[in-house]
Amino acid sequence: MDISFVIEKFVLVAIIFGISLVIAMYSTYAERKVAAFLQDRLGPDRAGPFGILQPLADGLKMFMKEEIIPTHANKWLFMVGPGLAMLTACIGTAVIPWGSPITTAAGRIIPLQVTDINVGVLYIFGVVSLSVYGVMIGGWASNNKYSLLSAIRAASQNISYEVAMGLSIIALLLVTNTMSLKEIVEMQHGWHWNVLYQPLGFLLFIICAFAETNRAPFDLPECETELIGGYHTEYSSMKLGFYLFAEYINMFVSSAVMATLYFGGYNYPGMDWVLTMAGPVIAPLIGTAVLFAKIFAFIFFFMWVRWTIPRFRYDQLMHLGWKVLIPIAIANVIVTGIVIAIVEKF
Amino acid sequence: MEPLTSKKKILIQKPLNFAERMYLPALGKGLAITISHFFKKEATIRYPEVQREMSINWRGMHSLKRDEDGKERCTACGLCALSCPAEAITMIAAERKPEEKDLYREEKYAAVYEINMLRCIFCGLCEEACPKEAIYLDGPIVPSDYLRKDFIYGKDKLVEEPLVKK
Repeated sequence: MDISFVIEKFVLVAIIFGISLVIAMYSTYAERKVAAFLQDRLGPDRAGPFGILQPLADGLKMFMKEEIIPTHANKWLFMVGPGLAMLTACIGTAVIPWGSPITTAAGRIIPLQVTDINVGVLYIFGVVSLSVYGVMIGGWASNNKYSLLSAIRAASQNISYEVAMGLSIIALLLVTNTMSLKEIVEMQHGWHWNVLYQPLGFLLFIICAFAETNRAPFDLPECETELIGGYHTEYSSMKLGFYLFAEYINMFVSSAVMATLYFGGYNYPGMDWVLTMAGPVIAPLIGTAVLFAKIFAFIFFFMWVRWTIPRFRYDQLMHLGWKVLIPIAIANVIVTGIVIAIVEKF
Repeated sequence: MEPLTSKKKILIQKPLNFAERMYLPALGKGLAITISHFFKKEATIRYPEVQREMSINWRGMHSLKRDEDGKERCTACGLCALSCPAEAITMIAAERKPEEKDLYREEKYAAVYEINMLRCIFCGLCEEACPKEAIYLDGPIVPSDYLRKDFIYGKDKLVEEPLVKK
């Protein structure tokens, strides 16, 4: 392993980390702006032109706030909780292919993916299931009944929806025959996006993604009307900030996963023509821009849904998860399998 | 019970049909409604920079008027204070000295004229009571402040700007 490889990966990791933090930061701003526009308001517009410095002001406020740790809280776990939430939110970006490899003039090929492990989809799943631990540990360590209830809700919600999510992915894997995210993306060259082959699977996946990221209408773990602030009731200062931040990073990562698995990642129609026109350095970057456009579209969709659909009741959540999504997902797997068998036979 | 009006409407709760139970068409409708608001004009007015136009009978902050020569109209008769239902107005009268003839219109004037803006209910009775047309509630919205004492407006804030004499 040569040193340039290490440097290259390190730079890539730093860039992705920075980008995901900045996107999470500006997601808070975008959320407030989108919420405002959907409600015929203006949103924050005082800090800087159009209020674009608002996230900085919010961050500064978070840092300046008094740090309160409840007397009866488990101090160690209380501090681990937000850190774990943040960590698990960030490491999901490692396997996502951000663009096709760049070929430099010296003939060196730089892949725009931190690591291409052959079980990338499983890795994403593992990370997503870990993300509930931050919520659970934080909720439990707070020694507050509302936080605990919220943590229990988060755990049961994640378990319920992971099943349906996994089943919807199985149908996708039947189509792609691989678990490597890079190969899945490369199969979707041009217009052959997986959403065209797996529309029902995509629908199931996006519903489960909403549930996994604790976004409305599945934001039961932090529903104010019942649980005060949910699992972060007792948190203050930047620890609270970490929880809120982790939610936005989760949203970014799941948008990236959805764009990669179902919407062709960095592929777009006419990319071969662009490659011949723009050359092997610029064209992959255009692909990356396309991927980010898709991600932003998904993030906007997340926010759009939040201001449209009211929160589920707990029994409705469980009903939807176990009695609706899982049977549909199983049926989707069976139908996909049969169709593939028939296609391969003839 | 016998209906009292003809507006009574009997509600029938039908079981949901398949499309309704799927929720998806309803979700689509809801999303269409919210996104239509994305392109509507916002109702917000950026207040300190942009101010809404008030109606012609809007009553705002008081101003003590001057006459056409720039002399203060108020003669400290106290009718405004008497008429004030909130007891917001206090004044101390003083006699005009000969050299102050250009400042005050009559021989008596208000040396101190104070309105407590926290007490004032902007009813406009002082305006109606004034026989000299000296007080009008034609100003802007009274601004907010931090201390109670800062809401007691004296003549420095109430009296109109003096006329510029050429």
